[in-house]
Amino acid sequence: MTVGTSPIRKDAVAKVTGKARYTDDFTMPGMLHAAYVRSTIAHGTVSRIDTSAARSMDGVEAVFTFEDVPDTLFATAGHPHSLDPDHVDVADRLLLTKHVRYHGDEVAIVVASSKLAAKEAARAVVVEYDELPVCVDAASALADEAPSIHADGNVIKSHEFIAGGDLNTAVDGADAVISGQYHTPVVQHCHMENHIAYAYMDDFEHIVVVTSTQIPHICRRVVGQALDMPWGNVRVIKPYIGGGFGNKQDVVLEPMVAFLTTRLDGRPIKLELDREECMTSTRTRHSAILDCRAAADEDGTLKAVDVAMTSNTGAYASHGHSIPSAGGAKSCNLYPRSVIRFSALTHYSNIPAAGAMRAYGSPQVIFGLECALEDIARKIGMDSVDFRIKNVARKMDINPLSNKPIRSAGIVECLEKGRELIQWDEKKRRFANQEGPVRRGLGVACFSYGSGTYPVCVEIAGCRLILNQDGSVHMQVGATEIGQGSDTAFAQMAADTLGISYDKVHVVTTQDTDVSPFDTGAYASRQTYVVAPAVKKAALELKTSVLEYVREMTGKETASLDIVDNNVVAANQPDCVIASLADVAIDAYYHKQRGGQLTADVSHKTRTNAPSFGCTFVDLEVDVPMCKIHIHQIFNVHDAGQIIHPLLAEGQVHGGMGMAVGMALFEELLVNPDNGRVLNNNLLDYKIPTFVDIPDLGCSFVETMEPTAAYGNKSLGEPPIISPGPAIRNAILDATGVAVNRMPMSPKVLFTHFHDAGLL
Amino acid sequence: MKRAITMTVNNRKLALDIDVRSSLLDILREQGLTSVKQGCGVGECGACTVLVDDIPVDSCIYLAAWADGKNVRTVEGECRHGKLSPVQQAYVEAGAVQCGFCTPGLVMTTTSFLERNKGKKLSREEIRVGHAGNLCRCTGYETIVRAVELAAKKQNEE
Repeated sequence: MTVGTSPIRKDAVAKVTGKARYTDDFTMPGMLHAAYVRSTIAHGTVSRIDTSAARSMDGVEAVFTFEDVPDTLFATAGHPHSLDPDHVDVADRLLLTKHVRYHGDEVAIVVASSKLAAKEAARAVVVEYDELPVCVDAASALADEAPSIHADGNVIKSHEFIAGGDLNTAVDGADAVISGQYHTPVVQHCHMENHIAYAYMDDFEHIVVVTSTQIPHICRRVVGQALDMPWGNVRVIKPYIGGGFGNKQDVVLEPMVAFLTTRLDGRPIKLELDREECMTSTRTRHSAILDCRAAADEDGTLKAVDVAMTSNTGAYASHGHSIPSAGGAKSCNLYPRSVIRFSALTHYSNIPAAGAMRAYGSPQVIFGLECALEDIARKIGMDSVDFRIKNVARKMDINPLSNKPIRSAGIVECLEKGRELIQWDEKKRRFANQEGPVRRGLGVACFSYGSGTYPVCVEIAGCRLILNQDGSVHMQVGATEIGQGSDTAFAQMAADTLGISYDKVHVVTTQDTDVSPFDTGAYASRQTYVVAPAVKKAALELKTSVLEYVREMTGKETASLDIVDNNVVAANQPDCVIASLADVAIDAYYHKQRGGQLTADVSHKTRTNAPSFGCTFVDLEVDVPMCKIHIHQIFNVHDAGQIIHPLLAEGQVHGGMGMAVGMALFEELLVNPDNGRVLNNNLLDYKIPTFVDIPDLGCSFVETMEPTAAYGNKSLGEPPIISPGPAIRNAILDATGVAVNRMPMSPKVLFTHFHDAGLL
Repeated sequence: MKRAITMTVNNRKLALDIDVRSSLLDILREQGLTSVKQGCGVGECGACTVLVDDIPVDSCIYLAAWADGKNVRTVEGECRHGKLSPVQQAYVEAGAVQCGFCTPGLVMTTTSFLERNKGKKLSREEIRVGHAGNLCRCTGYETIVRAVELAAKKQNEE
């Protein structure tokens, strides 16, 4: 069996040797390059645009402005198409715009023979504006006098639900109630490969787009919608991709390169953002304000949680209100026996557009929730871990929002394991009653998450298996490998179910919408959960085809046959080899009277959504006068069901923890509130963690068996980023008694909090 | 303005007529050495790290003209006869590879780091400081530190 072990990942050798080809590594003779003309103000309308100087520059092939693009508004979010008209994404984008809504908005684009020529010409386009007032946050965007950023006003959507009982009764009847306001920042994905795409035409109708995307099949649809052309005429190819984290779960450059090639006789045109553009003109994480209440009894029973979220989506909706909506819903698995009220409002503003980012809205919602939980535990005088253990989900609890049973829940065991790993009880005693400038603290926080998007969106996945002439198997999936290791996990699953070795499974890592099975792509930590049943079904179908063919070859009944270690064997006597798969394959391909290519092609819809759980424990030191945090130990403990590949699973956890430490302590995209200009649009001024900023990362698993999953597995890609932030906040509170209710807990923020608390 | 330069790239002599404004990154990629990745173009991320006379440099801010007469190494030249270098092998085994975009640059940084520290027992802190010029957004650096430890251990055993 290879599931549950850690074979070398399928793409490891390609990547360490530099042989893995990413979008920029493909070139075509005569390739042209495009560069945007970006607005130099955050809000206003173009009053005059003059492209004549740019057009006359060397190497310039064409200049297009907002006057030249289709008048078709389109939505960019990487969601599956919805048949429900009330559940379609907000269509608020044009390819180029006259009404600019953030600093860097796209008013024109230049195509030239080189990137340098295109950039130089873009700077030569003269643009004048009629300026409008700039709103950067909820207070300004929701004010009565605020200008309308889009035609329908500045509120995209709001919603509310109450689950598990009557909120007022629960709050009024509780022994203790706390309330607080918590803030999470705008952060940016900072995948190492910037957004890049190129396009060309095969004939007068068919466009080929090669792009760094997480969602090739969705991208095909959105390009078709944006250009008002049949979706089948668009072919999207996704080669290796240098990270996405949700920022490439959005259709950013593809409609533009497709448009440009249609206007330039199908010539190949590449559009590659530089880092500074990528920081501000792709997507970010929504900042949020969370007004929370929590109510509990003296015995530690959590009675109610109430989270009101205000989410800032910036200049365009992108994923918009889906962010708080998902964050609220996915959190309902965590404390399912309390009353839960969740309300949210999403608004526009004149800052860079926010979209999907690792764990979607959950890091925001859980920051508020787990800070509030800590505050109520402290108010009733109960240990933070004991309080959570008492209230978190147990197996077969009913999720109060979905009314579905929670079929696997290892969060109690996760908390117990984490408490041991960090030596909670011993350190609690040691860290009690500290004084002086440097103090230690312990923090804990939990999360719950989903495995996919069902029932909000369709969950469709496809897998095709082909028995090759040498008895190996080629696998194609529509799901995308973006570094998380999905190709490897699927190969392990197929190998085990087919009865062949891992090295005999070859995975086609490139998705090509003209060829690959349909799948909506990498997001929502869905792939191992929703693709697994397709892989399993395809493997079982191929196995059946092989065994039926062997019956035809040998006359032996299929029920008496099995496949073990790349051989067809007698089911009741596995060392009795009847034929190798290679022999079966060669016969099936080349026998003149019988057989054919043995394949399986499966499309599967998943109609369940398993909750995953986990927690973070942190032991840190606060240097109060220096306003600095030093993390001594940090552990994430996850219930992701059965672990398919322990080494890759650990890698996902480390990566999420690293990003989470960044968001908790350093990262924030800073915007000047007066003019909407981003102040730190580069990797020097925007502080993602470097090697020396990250502590040693500890990771552990509690392996439950999820009965709805094909291999017992649940989500893991995004969840590790969710709980470290509130755990760090809770540890700082533990160390200093100061509640820092805002990320990032940077020295600047700590200074104001410590100063206000009288520590400085 | 054009200028003729010669350099050794992965043990192969190259004579090139280059635009003097070209970065070493541009020139190497034009030669098909596409392991050299551009993540920022201004020396922030380290994805384009190559070794010039065995010292790691950000090739995006290193003029190709400066490489005249020098010895340049990229990750393409590190495997020999179909075998991974010990550093490449350690990255594979430690699970230090995810999206892979930062990997070639990091492999070169580690290669130089270990060559410069042969025989030394390296602390995690020294490894972290020695790699601080390379950013990775996927791994949280943990498995990369482990890969360096693994490669160092093997090197010291030899």
